[in-house]
Amino acid sequence: MNRVPLLFLNVTIVATCGLVYELLAGTLASYVLGDSVTQFSLIIGLYLSAMGVGAWLSGKLERKLAERFIDVELAVALIGGFSAPILLLSFARLSWFPVVLYGLVFLIGTLVGLELPLLMRICKDRLSFKDLVSRFLTFDYLGALFGSLMFPLFFVPKIGLLKTSMVFGLGNAVVGLWGTWLLSDVIGGNLRMLRARGVFVIGVLLFGLTQADRVEGWSEDELFPDPVVLSKTSHYQRIVFTHSKRGYNLYLNGNLQFSSTDEYRYHEALVHPAFAAAPAPPKSVLVLGGGDGLAVREILRHESVTAITLVDLDPAMTTLAREFRPLVELNRDALRDPRVTVVNDDAFIWLDELFARAPETRFDVVIVDFPDPNNFALGKLYTRLFYQKLRRVMAPDAVATIQSTSPLYARRSFWSIVQTMEAAGLSVRPYQVTVPSFGVWGYALARLVPFDSPRTAPPGLAFLNDGQMAAMFDFPLDMAARPDDGLEVNRLDNQWLVRTYEAEWRRWQ
Amino acid sequence: MTRRGALGRLAGLGFGVGAVAAGCTRGDDRQRRALLDGLDVAFDAQPEVLGHRIRDGARVEPPPDAWRTVGAVIVGGGVAGLSAARALRARGFTDFVVLELEAELGGTARGGRTPVSAHPWGAHYTNLPQASNPDYVAFLRAHGAIEGVDAHGEPVPTEAFVCRDPDERSFYAGKWFEGLLPASVMTTRATDELHRLERLAGEWAAFRDAQGRAAFALPVEHGSDASEVTALDRTTFAEWLDAHDLRSAPVRWLCDYACRDDFGAHPEQVSAFAGLHYFASRRRTPQAPGGGDTAPVLTWPEGNARLVEWLRADAAAEVLTGLAVADVAPGAADGGIEVRAIEAATGAARGFRAKQVLLAVPQVFAGRLLRPYREAPPPHLAEFVYGPWLVANLELHTRPGRRGFPLAWDNVPYGGPSLGYITATHQTGRDYGPTVLTWFEAIADADAGAARRAVLSWDAAACRDRVLADLERAHPDLLTRLSRMRFVRHGHAMIRPRPGFIHGPHRRAAAVPHRDVYFAHTDLGGMALFEEAFFHGRRAAAEMLEARGWPA
Repeated sequence: MNRVPLLFLNVTIVATCGLVYELLAGTLASYVLGDSVTQFSLIIGLYLSAMGVGAWLSGKLERKLAERFIDVELAVALIGGFSAPILLLSFARLSWFPVVLYGLVFLIGTLVGLELPLLMRICKDRLSFKDLVSRFLTFDYLGALFGSLMFPLFFVPKIGLLKTSMVFGLGNAVVGLWGTWLLSDVIGGNLRMLRARGVFVIGVLLFGLTQADRVEGWSEDELFPDPVVLSKTSHYQRIVFTHSKRGYNLYLNGNLQFSSTDEYRYHEALVHPAFAAAPAPPKSVLVLGGGDGLAVREILRHESVTAITLVDLDPAMTTLAREFRPLVELNRDALRDPRVTVVNDDAFIWLDELFARAPETRFDVVIVDFPDPNNFALGKLYTRLFYQKLRRVMAPDAVATIQSTSPLYARRSFWSIVQTMEAAGLSVRPYQVTVPSFGVWGYALARLVPFDSPRTAPPGLAFLNDGQMAAMFDFPLDMAARPDDGLEVNRLDNQWLVRTYEAEWRRWQ
Repeated sequence: MTRRGALGRLAGLGFGVGAVAAGCTRGDDRQRRALLDGLDVAFDAQPEVLGHRIRDGARVEPPPDAWRTVGAVIVGGGVAGLSAARALRARGFTDFVVLELEAELGGTARGGRTPVSAHPWGAHYTNLPQASNPDYVAFLRAHGAIEGVDAHGEPVPTEAFVCRDPDERSFYAGKWFEGLLPASVMTTRATDELHRLERLAGEWAAFRDAQGRAAFALPVEHGSDASEVTALDRTTFAEWLDAHDLRSAPVRWLCDYACRDDFGAHPEQVSAFAGLHYFASRRRTPQAPGGGDTAPVLTWPEGNARLVEWLRADAAAEVLTGLAVADVAPGAADGGIEVRAIEAATGAARGFRAKQVLLAVPQVFAGRLLRPYREAPPPHLAEFVYGPWLVANLELHTRPGRRGFPLAWDNVPYGGPSLGYITATHQTGRDYGPTVLTWFEAIADADAGAARRAVLSWDAAACRDRVLADLERAHPDLLTRLSRMRFVRHGHAMIRPRPGFIHGPHRRAAAVPHRDVYFAHTDLGGMALFEEAFFHGRRAAAEMLEARGWPA
């Protein structure tokens, strides 16, 4: 039987797999290290030179070429096939990840470089030299084309990097096992042993495939202290939920937003002081940020409330708050309450548009719960201009609360927020509370007119009572503003807060 | 580079034989070509087409029933013309019309709008004025851009209109840096020179002559004519930099950028007075030691088109757009002036008979429109030299990725030929999703005429390629994020303050009325700045009213 056409199919598979490992390494490296141009260039260069090394090494092999070819196939199958999981896991665990990355790329390149020279020498007696070279290279390039098209168009979007890596590992393993039949006439040694090895490699890869989803979870877990139960990249941020025996945690861009173990402290302190400071029972409430629905849960305790408008930038977050079961249980399905209207927009722009559309709109309570001002896009939500916009939608008796980072870790940032609010014409009462998973956290209570800090808490809460309500407004010495703090009003044109905040938190990391 | 692009580029390389790599590059070229061909590119407006017909002698003779008589005609609906109109209205004189060639008012300060954002088509900021420019302060204050005065009596800007931080970043060696000068190019020597330049500029900012006048006032008309000041106008800025041993590449690039930004020219072509003006005139508290801080930049998504809109609202004048004036002929039978124009849309000729005409156009056009100047050009005309600009608006459906410092208002490729781009949505706070980037290049060749002819010869594809060549270094994925590109070419965008121009005789000669024809344009100040156009519009309006014996 003429087995030469089948060998060409093998050449195509080998070529496809070889290209895919290179693409995998390049893609993974640019995912985790960034700088795709540098990473792709380095990896192509290293891989190609390693192939050259492989080709050179092939000249050193004299005997048992068919067995060696099959061994190389099985080695590529294992190392190439597991390259993506190895890289993902080692990135999360190892500080010397680049050594693993480039070492692996070099090893795979060398093995792939051995493949074709060996196969060509095995086939040298079955074809004329002219045909050998022309056919082998033709199918080699065809395989490359196939790999380069399927990788971005099908494999990565449909099955992900990990499974792609193992599927192509299976390709090499199948070529190896199949080779024990195709090349049986030139294999001198123990065929059964070779086949057993091939079956074993295929088995390992199949097992790996079934575990791929778990591995994908582990690698991200490494960035978080607890197992990741949900991760989602929206247009605006990376949303990750982790779960441990103690409960759920929400991270946005890697920053903890709440832990279900103690979020009640944070959210009770965020919501109830404003209600306690209101001269009359508030009816309409505006929540800016707070897309997790936990602040709304606390607001809904107040029966006077007839309407809540929640404005959060990210529809992915508010959708999770309505549909992701652990979060829905935690916020008691607050965002589906008929009194709640959810708007997905940037509060900075929404306030302007509201004022243009319905200039008479006023709210009795405003709760502002943005992430800390750690970038310029968030920094604008802590400017004097923003608080001026906020004033325009506050009823004469309205009370506003603004989460304003930690007065302990970022004391100057905290007091700059207070000063900025005062510069916008608000009367401000700062307060602080301990939330174990965050540390000491600060807020600013504000009204359009001077007022006394509240001294009573509503009944039925888990944390706040009358004594604690009053105590929160007292600041220990290490959190109080100091005369030499050099505080500035945070304006849109100086973004003083973003720059200060970053410097202050850096000291604690 | 997008991942798809990168992968496409890689496809054959793994099996790296030259032929395959070449085939792959061809494939990549095809992909790029497809993106380029699919990109919607066009000129936004081409007023130069009609302008050139007139320049080349198109005859315009309105039929008898197409004539209209008015008290005064203002030719040119840019900042100078509208400032004049505003000043006339403020004094109660309303018997005038404003004629504008383009469909939109504003000239080089006009703006545009896409479904995503308003954006500029030219000038896009103004500096907070000093109290010493009270007319301009009053204008900005009336429209809410200034909210009060500080302890020194200097204006306090309204936060919403002060350029949002971060205002500037620059791209160098694969990365964005905060500020116009990337930290990685700043050698010890360059840093030292930069401080020296700042100190020298600060000293000049604090300079006051015997009469208490600043060296670098806005408008320049209010500045000092002391000999040490006018001496600066006799050398080039490049010579001045050499004389002060400011030779490091980063500082020279900064000065070059500044000159291209304000004067459309290199430091070799403008006077030291002009170059220093850039660094010394815009100060917040010039009386403070060291000349005070740099004045805040006021900006709007549509750039200075916002100021144009405010001028127009104040002027409440009759404005006829799309009307190209071809001939301004004083000495008609009744002693009036005949203004002949063509409607851009219909080609129909229209005539105006007026007692007074204000030519609020660059002097180069005054020389073409005003019949006596056409017949016997006065010597000052040849001294007005203008550099051309190419402006592109890039409509992006998604924002480009970044390396290094985040997107700022002004984004400049360090060392490149362009002035970079500004982000139209920056001031609005819209920080995600689609945006519009306005890219500028002042073509600063020594031969301004050749530069202008070159710019006007480019078609939309050539403009597109020029923009991409400049920006794709910093944004390799730009092409995949673009939905549209629009271009405007300003042939006579910026007057070049060559040595001897600002403190020489020709600038003043050009401002002198010719019988009942008056002149107002930023070029009469020697610099393309809103403050100059605003001032000269008011000056010309006052001259017109005085000649009429209009009550003060």
